[in-house]
Amino acid sequence: MTELIAEKLSVHAGQTALVTEADFRVGAGEFVALIGPNGAGKTSLLRASLGLEKASGGLASIDDENSAELAPMERARRVAYLPQQRPLAWPNTVRDVVALGRYAYGAAPGRLGAQDADAVERALTKTGLEKLAYRQTDTLSGGELARVHFARALASEAGLLVADEPVAALDPRHQFRIMDIIQQYIAAGGGALVVLHDLSLAARYASRMIWMKDTRIVADGPVEDTLTANRMAEVFSVRAKVEGRAIEIEGAI
Amino acid sequence: MTPNRALTPALVFASLLAVFAACLLGSTQMPIDRVLIALFGGGEMGDRIVVWQIRLPRALAAFATGAALGISGAALQGLLRNPLAEPGVLGVSASASLFATFSLYYGLVALSPWVLPIAAMLGALAATTLIALAAIKTRSVVTLILVGVGISAFAGAAMSLLMNLAPTPFTLSDMINWMLGSVANRSFRELGFAAPFILAGGAMLLASRRGLSALTLGEEAASGIGLNLRNQRILTVLGAGIATGGSVALAGAIGFVGIVAPHIVRPFVGHDPARSLIPSALLAGLILVLADIGVRILPTVNELKLGVVAALIGAPAFIWIAMGRRAIHD
Repeated sequence: MTELIAEKLSVHAGQTALVTEADFRVGAGEFVALIGPNGAGKTSLLRASLGLEKASGGLASIDDENSAELAPMERARRVAYLPQQRPLAWPNTVRDVVALGRYAYGAAPGRLGAQDADAVERALTKTGLEKLAYRQTDTLSGGELARVHFARALASEAGLLVADEPVAALDPRHQFRIMDIIQQYIAAGGGALVVLHDLSLAARYASRMIWMKDTRIVADGPVEDTLTANRMAEVFSVRAKVEGRAIEIEGAI
Repeated sequence: MTPNRALTPALVFASLLAVFAACLLGSTQMPIDRVLIALFGGGEMGDRIVVWQIRLPRALAAFATGAALGISGAALQGLLRNPLAEPGVLGVSASASLFATFSLYYGLVALSPWVLPIAAMLGALAATTLIALAAIKTRSVVTLILVGVGISAFAGAAMSLLMNLAPTPFTLSDMINWMLGSVANRSFRELGFAAPFILAGGAMLLASRRGLSALTLGEEAASGIGLNLRNQRILTVLGAGIATGGSVALAGAIGFVGIVAPHIVRPFVGHDPARSLIPSALLAGLILVLADIGVRILPTVNELKLGVVAALIGAPAFIWIAMGRRAIHD
C-alpha cells in the first residue's frame, strides 16, 4: 500500500511561486479529488510531490522515501502517473501502449515476461479494451484513447494512481466509465489523487477533496465537509447551490 | 499491424546477397564461380585483387555507412518523436562535413590520409557534445532541434565561406567530392578506422533502445513510467553522433537513407522505435549497397556520386511516404 505525503512543499518558477507550502497525504482506499481553478498550481503540486519537478522548499515522500531522490523506475513501480498531455508519437497497437506500463519492470513492447503479459491482459480487461488490443491507436476515438492511457497506468499495478484531468474533453458516458475504473481500482486496494474540473463528478466519486487556490491548499477534507456554497464562492468565484453531494453552479460572481 | 518476425532475417539475407552482387558487377563483369573462388582466397591474382581490394571493401563501406545512418535516424526519430528527424537535423552531418572541408582547405590532408576522416569525426563529436550539453539543460525537444538547426546553419555558412575562398580549383573539386558523398576507392584500412565508431555508436543506441519505446507516450508520461529522460537524451544523441561521425568519415555526407529506411521499416515492427533500430540499419545499408552498384554500372562519363544517387532515390521516396502518412495524435 503506497502513501504519498507532501510537507510544506513549495515550487517556484524563477521568482514566481507556483505552489506554496502545501501539506497533504494520500493513501490506500482513498479517492482524493484535487480541485481548483486554472493556474491554482494543481499540476505543479502533483509533479513536485512525485519528484518530477524540483521543489523549492519542503519535502515530498512516497512510502517514507524522498520523492526527489527515488530512482525513476522505483517511483514508477509505486505510483502510476497520468499527465494532462498525453500525446502518442506513433500509431502503435493498443496492446503495445499498455505494455509500456510495465517499463519500470524491465519490459518493453514485444518483450513481455509472463508476469508482465498477465498484468497487461488484466489492465485490458479492466478497461474493456480486449477487443481493441490489436487496433492502432490512431484509429481510436477520444474516449477509447482515454481508456488506453488508463490501462497503461493500471498495467504498472502500482499502489497509487495520480491522474491530471483524466476526463477532460470526454463525453458524459466516457467520463463515468473512467471514474468507474478509478473506483474499481480503489476498491481493489489502490489509492488515487485525481485533478478534476467537473465538480459534480468529483463530488459524486471522491472520498475526499483537496481545494487549491492561488498556489495554496485552502481546504482538505471529506466531500460533505468541504463542499459548501461559501467555498465555491471563495475558490472559484461562482454562485452555487450545494445539497449534500449534489452541486449546481448558477453563475459567476 | 503485428511485428513481422521474418523482417530482420530477410534483410540480413538480402544484404548478404547485395554485397555478393556488388562483387560480381562492375566495369568488368565477373562470373559467379570466379568471384566465389576469389572470395575464398583462390583463383587468379587479378580476380583476388578486384574482389578483395576493390569491390568487397567498397560494398562493405557502403553497407556500414548506410547502417550507421539508418540506426542513427531511427533512434533520433524515436527520441525526438518526429519521423523527419535524422543526423542532419541535429547538425551532426553538417558539422562533420565542415571539419572535413576545413582540413581540405588548409591542405592538412596532405600530411596523412587519416587527417580527413579524423576531422570528420571531430566535427561530428563537436556537434554531439553541443547537443548533449543542451540536452542536460533543457527539457524541450524543440529546443534541441533548434540547437541542431543553428549548428547546421553555421556549418553550412562556414562551408560556403571556405568554398568561396578556395585557393585553387583543385581544392574546390576535392571539397565538392567530399560533400557529395562517395565510397569509391575505399579500402579495408579506412573501413577499419570508421567501423569501431559505427559499432560503438550503434551499441549505445541498442543499449538505450527501450527508452525510445517509452518516449512514444511523450516526455512527461515517459518520465512517469520510469524513464530517466536526461540519460536517455545523452545516450541517444552521443550514440547517433558517434555512429554518424563514423559514416561521414567513411563516405562523406549522404542524406535521406536515415529518414527513408526507418519509414519503410516502421509498419513492420508495430511502429515501435526500439524494434525499428536493427531493421532500419540493415535496410539503409542494403539501400546504399544497391545504390552504389547502380553508380558503378551506369554508363556515365564521370562516375556518379553515391550521395547524389541516394538523394535522387531517397528524396522522392521520402516525399511519397510522407504524403501517404495518416494523421497521428500529436
